[in-house]
Amino acid sequence: MSPLLFLDILIGGLMMGGLYALIAVGLSLQYGVARVLNVSHGEFIMLGAFATYSLYMLFGINPLLSLVMTGPFIFFIGFLIHRTLFKRLRRLSQSLDAFEGSSLLASFGLLFIIQNVALLIWGPDVKGYSYLSKTVNIWGAVYAANRLVALLFAILVALIFYFFLMRTRTGKAIRAAAQDVTTAQLMGVNIHWVLGLCFGLGALMAGFAGSLTSMMFEITPLIGLPYTIIAIIAVVLGGLGNILGSLIGGLILGLIGNIVMYIHPGLSLIAYYIIFLLLLLIKPTGILGK
Amino acid sequence: MKRAISKKILYPVLLSFIFIIMVMMPPYVSPYTIILLNSIFMYIVLTVSWALFSGPTHYLSLASAAFFGIGIYVSAILGDKLPLLVVIGLGGLISFLLALLVGLSSLRLRGMYFTIFTFGLSELIRHSVQWWEVNRTGTVGRWVIAVDHTTVYYVMLAILLITLVVTYIIKHSKYGLVLLSIGESEEAADHIGINVNAMKIITFAISTFFMGATGAIMATRWTYIDPSIAFNPLFSFMPVLMAIFGGIGHIFGQILGAGVLTLLADVLLTKFPYYYMLLYGMILVIVVLFLPKGLTGLKEEVKKWLKVD
Repeated sequence: MSPLLFLDILIGGLMMGGLYALIAVGLSLQYGVARVLNVSHGEFIMLGAFATYSLYMLFGINPLLSLVMTGPFIFFIGFLIHRTLFKRLRRLSQSLDAFEGSSLLASFGLLFIIQNVALLIWGPDVKGYSYLSKTVNIWGAVYAANRLVALLFAILVALIFYFFLMRTRTGKAIRAAAQDVTTAQLMGVNIHWVLGLCFGLGALMAGFAGSLTSMMFEITPLIGLPYTIIAIIAVVLGGLGNILGSLIGGLILGLIGNIVMYIHPGLSLIAYYIIFLLLLLIKPTGILGK
Repeated sequence: MKRAISKKILYPVLLSFIFIIMVMMPPYVSPYTIILLNSIFMYIVLTVSWALFSGPTHYLSLASAAFFGIGIYVSAILGDKLPLLVVIGLGGLISFLLALLVGLSSLRLRGMYFTIFTFGLSELIRHSVQWWEVNRTGTVGRWVIAVDHTTVYYVMLAILLITLVVTYIIKHSKYGLVLLSIGESEEAADHIGINVNAMKIITFAISTFFMGATGAIMATRWTYIDPSIAFNPLFSFMPVLMAIFGGIGHIFGQILGAGVLTLLADVLLTKFPYYYMLLYGMILVIVVLFLPKGLTGLKEEVKKWLKVD
């Protein structure tokens, strides 16, 4: 393998990895902290993608600018869903296991609802627009500019979020809740507010990822579920409740996907599943787990 | 109040009466009714056999689609080479054997890990079959030898009856109590001398036998199948939803849940094709929120409420 090809695969993998990391961190907040295995996570990606698409097509708003507009909106939807639905479920459930089961079903309901609404609004056809599709040359390898922008943006969001998590009081509350909800509550953390915040932030990350996706790929109302599955794999890979771990998990998945794609294009999804199942069997606590 | 006829006599008589009507019915009803009944039977079998394992043990399996799909593929590959009943038996048997393997490998996993493992497994099988068909066979889909609806009806009725009888026997024997105790506490079950692992694997495998057999016969209804039809994740989720909707603890609740939701889906799909998923999703959310014990739980709630007044 020539060094150029190696670099090509590496950077290509990191680009997808950056996107996956964003999605995985979002799900990690919802599943790892709020304990909702939100299978409708990918639908928020789809919503973000279509919102960006519509704003660009109707008003010509720059996709990177529309991130700032759609972000708070999607955050609010996520927060509201936790407030109305999952908070009540959590109160009704006798055990955490029971809550995980019922919230899984409820989020399937959400998946159907959001997908159907999107189909009614945008129709089943494949949509796309071109933005920053010029190519950029890095050390002899050629990339589309929008992918580089997406990677940079994903890194930026991850960094901001990291500082929010490590340096602010709310971030500390989230980390405490991720470790142990009951103890965090005893230490005076307003747990329902924090869990709602986590759910909203998770949706926000998905929305960001969706906006970035729409710059690079064509979109339909059905793009969500594959992303959800990748996010679940990345979260388990990084270890449940370990937010940094899921970021690394996302990056690793992107790299592996690109390497497998280079060997045989149709096999990347199968490779993800095999890694996922083996990981569950061998080390269910994740790569960073004890 | 003393009952005029005891439950012990009433129920079997009633059930055999219903069964006789079911057997006599086909010549007198429209083909549409037969097709609808076939779907209802299919979902009842999937739901009851799913709940046979997942109900008492609390291991939420999302692999029903895998075993159902395997039945479908057995039918698509062997349907024109072997007699129908052999194909159906093979569909069940291959599912059974695969479930033994899955059970053996996923023993360590508990709670949510087991659930996502089964989901991942079912998706892995779907994508692997898809990849194989595209890259090796050259086509995505396959044709299935069609069987007339009345034959499908009688076969489904037979599978349904066997499933119900086996489930009933298991539930009301020592074996059923063993499963319940595993669900309550695996450690405690282990301490009183139950071979927890063997029990879990065997029950899981038995439950998938019916799913595979159902897949093998229902495949003939589609005539054309491909991996995304055969291994549709909906076949994993519907049984869970139907069991919870009806009431997961009772066989009657499961039958009721499967029947009502299949009918509802049929009505929604024909009346509101564009809002079908939206309405179904809403029902799902509402059921989880307000009917955690299902329709049979509703009866108890009403009773309690009447007594209070």
